[in-house]
Order: sequence, then structure tokens, then C-alpha cells
Amino acid sequence: MPGEEVAVGSSVEAVFREERGRLLASLVRRFGDLDLAEEVASEAIEAALTHWPTDGVPSRPGAWLLTTARRRAVDRLRRDRVLATRLAVLRAEAERADHAPPADADRDLPDDRLALFFTCAHPALAAQDRGALTLRFLAGLTTAEVARAFLVPTATMAQRLVRAKRKIRDARIPFRVPGPDELPGRLPTVLQAVYSVFTEGYAASSGPDLQRIDLAEEAIRLGRILRRLLPAEREVAGLLGLMLLVHARRDARTGPDGTMILLDDQDRGRWDRQMIEEGCGLVVVSLTGRAPGPYGLQAAIAALHDEAADVASTDWPQVVALYDVLLGLVPSPIVALNRAAAVAMRDGPEAGLALLDGLADDPRLRGHHPYPAARADLLRRLGRYDEAAAAYRSALTLVGTEPERAYLLEQLKTVTGE
Amino acid sequence: MLLFMSPMVDGEVVDNGCSFEDWVRYDREMKDAGVWVSGHPLQDLTTCTTVQVGPGGERTITDGPFAETRELLGGYDVIDVPDLDAALEWAARSPGAIGTGSVQVRPIFEIDVQV
Repeated sequence: MPGEEVAVGSSVEAVFREERGRLLASLVRRFGDLDLAEEVASEAIEAALTHWPTDGVPSRPGAWLLTTARRRAVDRLRRDRVLATRLAVLRAEAERADHAPPADADRDLPDDRLALFFTCAHPALAAQDRGALTLRFLAGLTTAEVARAFLVPTATMAQRLVRAKRKIRDARIPFRVPGPDELPGRLPTVLQAVYSVFTEGYAASSGPDLQRIDLAEEAIRLGRILRRLLPAEREVAGLLGLMLLVHARRDARTGPDGTMILLDDQDRGRWDRQMIEEGCGLVVVSLTGRAPGPYGLQAAIAALHDEAADVASTDWPQVVALYDVLLGLVPSPIVALNRAAAVAMRDGPEAGLALLDGLADDPRLRGHHPYPAARADLLRRLGRYDEAAAAYRSALTLVGTEPERAYLLEQLKTVTGE
Repeated sequence: MLLFMSPMVDGEVVDNGCSFEDWVRYDREMKDAGVWVSGHPLQDLTTCTTVQVGPGGERTITDGPFAETRELLGGYDVIDVPDLDAALEWAARSPGAIGTGSVQVRPIFEIDVQV
């Protein structure tokens, strides 16, 4: 019946989307090879598309897929002796002894995704490849989609992924969750990989659009998985809280024509209250107990913005105090720049400008358009229009996306009187 | 394989402050843990000779490494461990990793000869 075919087709798709990360993680754990895992996962899906319409959808589709994929992997390893010796001959032999027919598979798919998170974010991999691997293997994006996410040609991304996968296999980057003593050292790279996906979605580094909602949502989905897998880690709660509190403003951040609307001018009625509420709950979790981490602090700052009725009633002294703690943990010029902007709100533009000018020689801010843009804003507020115009112009030479360029051009006009 | 690299300034190896006893202790730890396969410390740079073979098979033999060399291979150890994290742990515990020194971790290329 055509109707049934559609039902089976869509359920396979739903199962695949939902279970793909777990399926891959399970296969990588067994065979230690991302390529092999991807190939047999696809074959299992194809087999499902053939068998399920006639045999019916099994009661545990995830387990069915895993068993089928594992068998395919064992077949391949047996055919390829070289591969088998290099990879996992012992584990493969153990798999062969596992005779449970796919339809009878009664085990639920074990959740090995946490180990996959740590594999994809291993410090032995290039920092720029960690986010890409995370998107490819945990979010299930295609290589072309990952390439689009990081704004590089598909061929370039394909090469980067091939190189990274080869390094994981040949350098034997282990597929495991770090022990309690190693976790504090390793978790930040995982959080950074997820956050880099989010920031690319929140503020695209270049291109026609200011934000990439799909990417930000994928990062939040990954954050939710991590939170489920590591419920005791407060920085995981902090990261998820931060992403929710920032993403809650997505609808108010752009005008109907795609123009950029700064925090000060946003219609706060369009902020997502439910998301803010959830984010604030996570902030409490992330700040409870020992000294907070950088994500918890940034989430707390975002919460202060989100909870304020307007810019004037924002608790700026508290925002500055949180930035002080954050700057102590993360002595980055970007944090110092944001702190200066908060000080300007608390103590006036002159105080903020003095702080910004103190950062002028930092080479890490060279080429970073928010720096001249922030200076321009404070100079404008002080009525120093010529200097503001110069700062807007240098920001314009550095800016990446069209809406930000348009915003800066608009501001430039207000100070030049054109 | 763990490759112990020492930085050089003007042809002189920079001392990273670890003693001979530190290396002896490290060597014993690897052997006690059963991970050590083979390895050698190398003589200093003054004893180094470089050989190159040109397209016509002619040999050029020169004294020392090239002038632009900034790092010198000081020695190596081959260890047998299950994964990169275990190798990194041994690399980090070596006296060669402290101060100005560094340790490169390289998997051995395994050639499977079918007979």
C-alpha cells in the first residue's frame, strides 16, 4: 500500500536522524574507524529501507540498525585482512560470535555519544577541525552542510575531514570518556567545539546573513545531549544556558529586511520567554557550588540582559562584576572589550573609552571589527563625531557580514551628517 | 615512537635543565611498566654527518645538520601502548618534555607483508 510505504519511509528517516549519532558512536567504539562506521551505518539504513516495508518496522529499530551495521563491518574486516589486523581483529572476532539475528535484537542502542564527543574534540586534532568533526558525526550533517557551516568550499572541508579521520585512526586517538581526573582538562575542548558551532550560527563570520538559525539550533541540540550525558558538570549547564539565553533573542536581532538590531534597540517582547526561563534555571545550576567557570559566568551575564525590562534598568554594576571575574579566568582582549562596553553603561562613555584605548596595542584585536565599532559608538555618544567617523570607517574595512556592514554605514551617516 | 627534540641557538643545544639521573629514572619507569620496546639517546651535534644522494647516484657528505635546523633530535624511545593518550602520558612524563625541550609522538608505520 502506498500509504504504508510513506509511513515506513518517514519512520526510517526519523529513526535515522534521531539514532544516527548513537549508531555511529557505537560503531566507532567497536571498530575504532570513523570511515568504516559511516559506511556500514549507511548500509544498515539501506537494508532497513529494503526489509522494513515487507517485514515491518522492528520493535527496536535502533538495535536492528546496530546489529545489521555491525555484521556488515565484520564482513568487511574479514575481507580486508590488512584492515582487520590494523583495526580491531580481536573485537571483530568477538562480534562474529554474536549470533543474535537483527530482528531479535533486544538490547537498546547503548549511548556511546559522549565518547564520540571527546574523540571529535581531542586536543591532538587541529582546533578548526574539532567543530567540523562534531557537526559531521554528532549532528549528522553532510560534508557539504558542514562546509557551508564553516564557509569553506565542500572540497576543502572534505579534505579536512579526511585528514582528521585519518589522524584519529592512524594516531590511535582513543575513543573513550576521560576519567574523573582528566575530565576538567578535556571537557573544555568539547564545550569549545559545540560553542564554535553556536557562535558561527549566532554571528556568521561572513556572508549575506547575520545569523544562521539552523546552526545555532544544532549546537543547542548537541548541548542538550551533553547535558543529559554529563548532568553533574556545571560548565555543561553553563554552556547550554548561555546558548539558550542568547538564542532567545534571535527573532528580535534582525529587522524584517534582515537589518541588524543591537541589544539596546531590540523589541524585548519578541524574546523567547520559555527559552530565557530554561536558560536562567541552568545559570543557577552552573553558579551553584564551587567557583563558576567561564560558560557559567557568560550565561549569568546573558541572563542579566535577558531579565532586564530595558537597557536602562539592566543591572550594569552586576554585569561589570561578572566580567571582572570572567576576565580573571579568561584574560582575553575580547572579554576586556565587552567589559569596557559594560563599564561605559555603568560609568558613562568616557570611562569605557579610556578602557578601550588601553587595549589599542593588543595585536589580538587587530582585524577584529567589534573593537573599532565599540570605540566609534562611545565617541559618537561623546559627540566626538570626526573621531567616531574614522572609527566607523576602520570597522567597515574589517566587517564580514552584509547586515553588519549596513548597520555601520548607517551609523557613519549619523556622525557625518550626510 | 617518542622523539625527544631539543631547541638550538647558534648551533648550540639549549639545556632544558633535566639531569642524567632524570633520564635514567624515566627509562626505568618505562621498562617497569612493560611499555618500552627500544630506544637510544643520540650523541651531540658535533658528531653528526649528513648524507644525500643526488639524481646520478653521487653522494654528498657534509658535516652536521643544515644551518637552518632549529631543533635537534636528541634521542628516541619506541613504546608499545594501546592509544595516543597513553603515548602522550609517557611523553609528558619524560624529562625531554620540560623547559625548552619537546617530545614528538609519532605512530610507527606498520607494514603488513603477506607471505
